[in-house]
Amino acid sequence: MIKAILVFNNHGKPRLSKFYQYFDENLQQQIIKETFQLVSKRDDNVCNFLEGGSLIGGSDYKLIYRHYATLYFVFCVDSSESELGILDLIQVFVETLDKCFENVCELDLIFHADAVHHILSELVMGGMVLQTNMNDIITRIEDQNKLIKQESGISAAPARAVSVVKSMNIPQQIKDIKLPDLPQAIKDLKF
Amino acid sequence: MFDKNLTDLVRGIRNNKDNEAKYIAQCIEEIKQELRQDNINVKCNAVAKLTYIQMLGYDISWAGFNIIEVMSSSRFTCKRIGYLAASQCFHPDSELLMLTTNMIRKDLNSQNQYDAGVALSGLSCFISPDLSRDLANDIMTLMSSTKPYLRMKAVLMMYKVFLRYPEALRPAFPKLKEKLEDPDPGVQSAAVNVICELARKNPKNYLPLAPVFFKLMTTSTNNWMLIKIIKLFGALTPLEPRLGKKLIEPLTNLIHSTSAMSLLYECINTVIAVLISISSGMPNHSASIQLCVQKLRILIVDSDQNLKYLGLLAMSKILKTHPKSVQTHKDLILACLDDKDESIRLRALDLLYGMVSKKNLMEIVKRLLGHMERAEGSAYRDELLYKVIEICAQSSYLYVTNFEWYMTVLVELIQLEAGSKHGRLIAEQLLDVAIRVPVVRQFAVNEMTNLLDTFAVSTQSNSMYEVLYAAAWIVGEFSGELADTERTLNILLRPRKLPGHIQGVYVQNVIKLFARLATTCLELQDMPGIVRLCDHVLEKLQHFNGSNDIEVQERANSACMLIEMLRKQLTQPAEDASTGSIPPMAIEIVQEMALLFAGELIPVAPKAQRKVPLPDGLDLDEWINAPPPDDASSTSSEHDKDELFVSAAHDGNDATGGGGGGNGSHSGGKRRKSLELTPEQLERQRMARLIEQSNNPHYLKSTPSSASAAIGNSSNNSNADQYDNIDDIPITELPLDIEGVAALRVGITKRSDKYLKEQQEAAAHSKDAKKKHKKSKKSKKSKNKVAYNSSSESDAEPKPLHIVNTTLDMPEGVTLSDSEEKDGKYDPNDPHRALDIELDMAAFEAPARASKTASASKESVTAQIGLAASESIDPETVAMPSKKEKKSREKARGEHKTRKAQAQSQPDSVPDLIDTGSSPCRTATDNGINNNNNTAPSHADHSQHLKKKKREKRAHKSSKLLNDESTATTIGSTTIIDVGETSAAHPEGDVSAAVDAKVHKKKHKKDKSQHKEKRTHKSPASEYEQPMGISTPSKEMF
Repeated sequence: MIKAILVFNNHGKPRLSKFYQYFDENLQQQIIKETFQLVSKRDDNVCNFLEGGSLIGGSDYKLIYRHYATLYFVFCVDSSESELGILDLIQVFVETLDKCFENVCELDLIFHADAVHHILSELVMGGMVLQTNMNDIITRIEDQNKLIKQESGISAAPARAVSVVKSMNIPQQIKDIKLPDLPQAIKDLKF
Repeated sequence: MFDKNLTDLVRGIRNNKDNEAKYIAQCIEEIKQELRQDNINVKCNAVAKLTYIQMLGYDISWAGFNIIEVMSSSRFTCKRIGYLAASQCFHPDSELLMLTTNMIRKDLNSQNQYDAGVALSGLSCFISPDLSRDLANDIMTLMSSTKPYLRMKAVLMMYKVFLRYPEALRPAFPKLKEKLEDPDPGVQSAAVNVICELARKNPKNYLPLAPVFFKLMTTSTNNWMLIKIIKLFGALTPLEPRLGKKLIEPLTNLIHSTSAMSLLYECINTVIAVLISISSGMPNHSASIQLCVQKLRILIVDSDQNLKYLGLLAMSKILKTHPKSVQTHKDLILACLDDKDESIRLRALDLLYGMVSKKNLMEIVKRLLGHMERAEGSAYRDELLYKVIEICAQSSYLYVTNFEWYMTVLVELIQLEAGSKHGRLIAEQLLDVAIRVPVVRQFAVNEMTNLLDTFAVSTQSNSMYEVLYAAAWIVGEFSGELADTERTLNILLRPRKLPGHIQGVYVQNVIKLFARLATTCLELQDMPGIVRLCDHVLEKLQHFNGSNDIEVQERANSACMLIEMLRKQLTQPAEDASTGSIPPMAIEIVQEMALLFAGELIPVAPKAQRKVPLPDGLDLDEWINAPPPDDASSTSSEHDKDELFVSAAHDGNDATGGGGGGNGSHSGGKRRKSLELTPEQLERQRMARLIEQSNNPHYLKSTPSSASAAIGNSSNNSNADQYDNIDDIPITELPLDIEGVAALRVGITKRSDKYLKEQQEAAAHSKDAKKKHKKSKKSKKSKNKVAYNSSSESDAEPKPLHIVNTTLDMPEGVTLSDSEEKDGKYDPNDPHRALDIELDMAAFEAPARASKTASASKESVTAQIGLAASESIDPETVAMPSKKEKKSREKARGEHKTRKAQAQSQPDSVPDLIDTGSSPCRTATDNGINNNNNTAPSHADHSQHLKKKKREKRAHKSSKLLNDESTATTIGSTTIIDVGETSAAHPEGDVSAAVDAKVHKKKHKKDKSQHKEKRTHKSPASEYEQPMGISTPSKEMF
């Protein structure tokens, strides 16, 4: 069983937290913090297994992690999971993210935390590995996205309009407005 | 319309880094506003934001109701957001969940598979017992959905349902089992996953499934599933050794053939488990062990740290049963101790205890001490410390040849690791060694004196203080061995800031030392000396007297009173005579005091209490004081009538308010009387106990060799009682920077190194010294102090210099290993306890089969049931395989008399366990004994055929055996014939294999030019844009 999946960056900021066992929010933050401290002090060339998160698990649990650029992906699993298998699952997860976001980077995870959750839920369900085949996962996600697009057909129009308005850079656009050259116009004005 | 959406929120939080909390509080206010609106889209947006905020550590459970609203929306977009929020913040105890039952049911039965999928994903995170009960049927229906996506999710979901609602397991199990052969590999894998989880906690109930799994294992190419199955077998083999024998071969094949490291590793693990379970007999398995160890060696030398780690991990499992095979790789493991990776060093440490011998212990310990000096990180240092002690102390110090060395090591550990949490452990070791190795005591007391003297009291609160406890106790208890008792006494009396329980021991041992010194004075007739001693100790004890720890105060007070008593006796004669002789009363007091502490401690086994027989007349269930009389029945149950009367009278008295006093005082008097009796009884019981103990051959008495054996039992017992629990005795640290110690250090960096050096030198001389050796050996025992110079003369292994007293008095029939806290292992909250349901496979199969094969005659059905029953193994027979064999033979007798004879004449008959589904060994068909293969069973009912065939086959097998004298392995292959066809009749199996093969191709990334250029939010921080470098292919071959 997987007990928790955590993604945080090099500074310990959580980017995704999924707990398959209930912890209250405070404890969740402590676990993230502790896990970060354990993981972050390890070199990149040491092994990816770690024992001894005191808050989560106990002797039967291991932290299995991978470090990609600015992000740590940490799975907390018990002894029924294969260590190397989980490492591979992390790889599948990240590759899937990469496909879905088209060259994923930390910002994608920041701004689309919900989407990351949805992707994860196609890999792991309730702490058990659901699907490890990347193509299947992506098919499922695309199907769901299609569904959402259909639903939002007309009703999303206002939302889209809003987002366009919001992303409008008005000061810049005012600057960019081209006015006719007035003096010239005046000059040209013939009385 | 212009509400913040999630992106705005995230951006806002990032722009308000300095006052994030304030900003979020403000956002939450806005969200609350939004949630009040009627528009579901607005609510949906608000809930999405809440989900993000939850990740940052804010409680959002107050919005539970709104989340449910969003979940119940008919739009998939909202539903998904709602279920995500629910999965993040709901938990099984959420009260709101009861509102969701019908909504979730609706979603589960939705036409859209993704509605149901999202509901299942969400539900898996927060399902409660109530929901499990109410929804179990709906989820079970989904297990047979036409859509593999839903089947897969439903199967996994069932596991969560079982955990919360164990009653669902029994009815759902046949279906679950069916899913093991689902055409969709994903569903199959999910079913394997669930059964593995179930079987991990209650393996014995799933033994009957072994054939199915065996078949899957030999046919599947899905590595994920194979890993799970192989792990499952690892859990099953300890229960059924015969299964292990069957497994070895296919597993070995996999080990040779697979290229996926993860699979290889799990195979090795399971082979190890098999080897452990059948470690007795089976000489030909040394090949398997060798194979495992070899493969593991390859892993360990691999440059990939992950493989190295796992290799060491698996090695430690082998070490337990086959230490010899691991020891050949000692070099490798010792090299790992120096690895840069802490996880790997820790694993290597685990293996170390199997690597030590008398010869290399000192060297290994020296290395570990060196590591400790260099290592950073207290957890690792603590672990090192623990390991040093573990390897030295294992098997009652089997490998420690020189206890002075060990004492020195302990003291060095104390100095190295002032911040360690293992103070108590070191303290225990100090005490244990001092108590159990008499010859080292003299060395120990002086070390301890130094430790007491120089242990730096740091302000930092840690457990290292505990060593002072042990040190103080050791110097007090073995004060006879002290070189300078007075100095030690003064060190103990020095005022220091220590925890109360340690000061208490200080005071107690001050008295011991005082008694010792006073006795010496007595012998010397040194009247002024003893007076001076009294005054000195009295004065210093005042400091303890003022302690605010009640224990210290009390002990100090008692000590003062005792010494004052003596002092009084001493002063009296000074008035009438100046002879200088010590008054007889004082002599008596000193002798009595010395007696208090005489006697010797011997080690007591943890379960020694069981040896003490229950004294006659002691009824532990008897009331000591009857419970208060308010409970009418308790006063005297024999006199029901009287009592009724009394209580009635009592009530009456209460009502009138007069005369009640008499009655009340009467009962009060009664109670008081019983209270008064107690001390007398106690006294009497104590006397009886003492007599009993002195006469009881089972009671632990001091060893006859000890000089103090002459002292009466009573003092002995008092001493023993005082320290009933050795573990509680506190320990002190030894300071090393002492003149005396400095002398030992000449030219050596560490004191403990001296012993190593000696050992090495001695080893060099050993050959010449052989003759001497024999003589010195005898002298060793008598003159241990000098002996360590010659200690290592033996050629092969250094001879132990010191003898450990390993006598542990144990009640008969009790072993140290049978733990008394066995019950404690069970976590009462573990949901798996409730899942320990015996799943009678036969009961499931019979009706299903009966309905399918309508044409089958009644007779054959019953026969099949009987057969099926024979397959399911009840736990009893697992424990005693022979019994089971007998049973199966009996059954055979019932069916075919001829077969019975054959079966009995075939003592090695292989269990039926695997036969049904055993491996489709391709070679099997070559044997050409399959008379049954003309029936070409269709997929739907092939299992029934299988059963029938099996019966015939069994007869077949045994007859063949008789003829051919084939070995067990050939039986294995012959039994498999039918299955070979089965797998052929199983087109799906092959298809799924092909699919899997496709699936696991590694896709490499990636045309960088394909990147989309514009991503509006990428601008803020370039740091985030670092590509994640995923293109590195993982080591795995999936």
